[in-house]
Amino acid sequence: MNTRLTSSPRARSENARSRLGLVSSAPKAGADSAHPAKVRLRDICLSYRSQTGEQFLALDHINLEVPSGEFVCIVGPSGCGKSTLLHLIAGLHRQSSGEIWFDGTPVAGPGTDRIMIFQEHALFPWLTVGKNVAFGMKMKGMERTERQERTRYYLRLVHLAKFENSYIHQLSGGMRQRVAIARALATEPDVLLMDEPFGALDAQTRDILHDELERIWSETGRTIIFVTHNVREAVRLGDRVVLLTFRPGRVKSEFCVDLPRPRHLEDPEVATTAREVLDQLREEINQSLEAEYAAGTKPRIEPGA
Amino acid sequence: MKSSMKRAARFIAFYVALFALWTILALLKIWPPYLFPTPWGVGAALYSGFKDHTYIIAIETSMQRVLIGYAISVVLGMVLGLGVASNKFLEDTVGSLLVSLQSLPSICWWPLALLWFGLSQNAILFVVIMGSLLSVTLAMEDGRKQMPRIYGMAGRNLGAKGFKLFWYVLLPASFPFIVTGLKQGWAFAWRSLIAAEMLYLSLGLGQVLMMGRDLNDMSAVVAVMLLIIAIGYLVDGIVFRGLQRRLQTKWGLIPVS
Repeated sequence: MNTRLTSSPRARSENARSRLGLVSSAPKAGADSAHPAKVRLRDICLSYRSQTGEQFLALDHINLEVPSGEFVCIVGPSGCGKSTLLHLIAGLHRQSSGEIWFDGTPVAGPGTDRIMIFQEHALFPWLTVGKNVAFGMKMKGMERTERQERTRYYLRLVHLAKFENSYIHQLSGGMRQRVAIARALATEPDVLLMDEPFGALDAQTRDILHDELERIWSETGRTIIFVTHNVREAVRLGDRVVLLTFRPGRVKSEFCVDLPRPRHLEDPEVATTAREVLDQLREEINQSLEAEYAAGTKPRIEPGA
Repeated sequence: MKSSMKRAARFIAFYVALFALWTILALLKIWPPYLFPTPWGVGAALYSGFKDHTYIIAIETSMQRVLIGYAISVVLGMVLGLGVASNKFLEDTVGSLLVSLQSLPSICWWPLALLWFGLSQNAILFVVIMGSLLSVTLAMEDGRKQMPRIYGMAGRNLGAKGFKLFWYVLLPASFPFIVTGLKQGWAFAWRSLIAAEMLYLSLGLGQVLMMGRDLNDMSAVVAVMLLIIAIGYLVDGIVFRGLQRRLQTKWGLIPVS
C-alpha cells in the first residue's frame, strides 16, 4: 500500500504525499512547478447559517491536491459535505475561507474547464439529447457545424449516436447519465466533477457505466474527482480514495489504490481494499447514525460486522 | 379511442339539446323577441354583421389591442416575477403589493386610465395590461420558485450567465410552471379589453356589443356575445393547448400542476 505503482494509463508525478491524514503541501500562491497540481484545495472551510440562525461548520480545513489525469474518489457518510466540496471546486458556491487553485489560478466562479455531473440528471428536458450535449459549446459561441460534429463525436463515445433527436424523458436512467457524461466532455473540461452520478441506477447498469467511465477516462486523459458514498465503487474506480469525516467534513485518511486496470467490482483485491476503507468509514457512519437517531435509541454497527 | 368518441358524442348531444331548448323557448314566445332572441334572429345578425364588415373590423381591432396589451404584460410580468422571485427585498415589498392589487378588478383602472391617457387607445391598453400583468407576474414568480434549482446550477456550470442563463435555461426550465399563469393572463386580458371597449366608442367588439344594446337589438347583442366567447375559447384551445401538448412531448410527464 505504500508504493505507488504507475499502472494506470497515464504517467503521474510521484510526489511524496502523506497517505494518512492531511496532505500537507507548502502552498504557494500559484502553481508549484515541481508538482503541477490540477486542482489544489488549501484549508477549505465552509460554514452555514441555519434557519434558526445558528452557525454550523460543514467543511473544516480540507486540504487536497489532485494531479493532472488522476481519478480521485471522495467517500464519506451522507451529510459530510462531499457534494458541497465539488460545488466549491466548480465555483457554484464560495467557501468561507481557504483557497482553491485550478491550474495555479484561484477559482473565482464557474468555468467550463471544470464540469459537474450531478446526482440527479441535470439534463435539460426541453432540449433533445443532441442539443443538451451541444449546450456548453453553444454558450461558448462555437459555430453550428463544428458543434454538431463534436456532438456526434461525443454521443458516439458514450454509444448514444442513435438518440441524438430523442428527448430526455424517453431515455433510461443509465442512458441519461451517459448523456450527462457526453455533455460534460463536450465542453472539453480539464476536470470532471462527478457527484454520485450512478447512485440512482440499478446494479447492472452501474457496472456497465463503471466500465465505460474507466474507458473514457483512459481515452481522454481527463482528471476526475468522483464523489460517492459507495466504498466499493470508489475503490473500483479511483487511483486514490479520500475519506471524509462526518460533520464537519475533514480529510480523515487517504488510500492509494494500486490495482491494475481494467478493474471489476467483484475483483477480490477491490473487495479487500474496500474493506480497509470501510473499517475507517464505519466510525463516521456510526456518528452520522447517532446524529440521526439523536432522540431515540442508538443502533450501532460493530466494527468488523 | 372508445372513451374519446363517447366524450365527443356527449359533447355534441349537450349542445344540440341546449340549442333545441333555446329554439323551443323562442318558438313558445313566452317573452317578446326584443327580450329573448330567436336562434335564426341571432344567425341573421351574425350574417349581416360579417357581410357589412362590422364584425370583421371589430374583431381585428380587438385582437390587435389584446395582442399588444398581452405581449407587454408577458414581458413586463416575466421581468417583475423573476425579480420578485430572486430578491428577498422585492418579494417582501412589491410581492405583497401585487397580491393585494389582485383583488382589484381591472376595470377599476379605467377612470384612472382616462385621466392619464384621455379617451384613447392607450387608456384601453392600460386596462388590458393591468388586467393580465398580475397573473403573469405571480405565475412567473411561482414558476421560478418551483423550478428545480439544479437546472440553474447546471447552466452556470456549462458556461451560461446573465441574459444567456435567463434565456436558455431559466425561462425554458420554468415554462411548464408558468404556462397555466400565461393562460390565465390571456383570459384576464381578453375580459379587461371587452370591458374597457364597452365604456368607450372604439370600434372593438365591446363597442359593437354596446351598439346592439343602444339599438335595442337583442339578436345583435347575443351574436356579439357568442363571438367574444368563441374567440376566447379558440385562442385558449389552439394556442395554449398546443403549447401544453408541445411541452408534453418534450418533458414527458410534467412534474407539478
